[in-house]
Amino acid sequence: MNYSCNRMSREQLFDWINMVSFAVVETALYLDTHPCDEEAMKFYHEVLEMRKNAIMEYSNHFEPLTLDLAGGNKGKWEWVMSPWPWEGGNC
Amino acid sequence: MWNYEKRLQYPVNIKNPNPKLAQVIISQFGGPDGELAASMRYLSQRYAMPYREVMGVLTDIGTEELAHLEMIGTIVHQLTRNLTPEEIVASGFDKYYVDHTTGIWPQAAGGIPFNACEFQSKGDPITDLVEDLAAEQKARSTYDNILRLVHDNEVADPIRFLREREIVHFQRFGEALRLVQDKLDEKNFYAFNPAFDCNTKPTSVRECGKL
Repeated sequence: MNYSCNRMSREQLFDWINMVSFAVVETALYLDTHPCDEEAMKFYHEVLEMRKNAIMEYSNHFEPLTLDLAGGNKGKWEWVMSPWPWEGGNC
Repeated sequence: MWNYEKRLQYPVNIKNPNPKLAQVIISQFGGPDGELAASMRYLSQRYAMPYREVMGVLTDIGTEELAHLEMIGTIVHQLTRNLTPEEIVASGFDKYYVDHTTGIWPQAAGGIPFNACEFQSKGDPITDLVEDLAAEQKARSTYDNILRLVHDNEVADPIRFLREREIVHFQRFGEALRLVQDKLDEKNFYAFNPAFDCNTKPTSVRECGKL
């Protein structure tokens, strides 16, 4: 899988984050009971890197998805300025 | 969506077991003013709030309460480690032990199981935020009650931290209530539920630099 975040629309990037984040969760769950599976570990690091990059990209261009990034890059507390997931405002 | 951090919000390292005290402290796990009720209350109430700042307060405090639930679970666990059957009977822990051994189960100190009726999610922002203010005070009173019974500083120290957080949360909920009262319908906020009746669309109260 190679995918450049830079070419994606907001909606595409958001879907991508959902996809790779699920891959991280699913792989972590598998690794909980198979902690020595090297192939799974390699895949985990791959999808984790994709998730980190995509979340950072999304926060830089649109809105923060985690509290660690909530300050945004515009010097204000972006956390409470954008819609919450249940509003249906996020793509 | 949630992620877990493999750490306690404030450290808990209790060397000496004390099952009698554990039976009292477990009330803050699954009791009427406990951390589970607090978290479920705030995370449930978020959806009906009209302002994103208030949704944020409920989300972030509701999340922190889960961290507090974990601290209380840890305290109860460490207070009930390495018990002999004799100690279990002598401390009165036998009635809990027979059903749960030394597993952690959400109940009040008196044995009443956790129940969602211990909190409300009324769908009226003023009603809910006033409940939240009361909830923080009730939890603070419970921690005060616990602290009177604790003579081990390894237990008292994290309990004091949790007590302090109730006070900070009370402050934040007070500010959240003021945001709602100032913005929603300052002439008529006790008469009906404007967030519901006027079909208020969620917004942020503040635009930085403008208000």
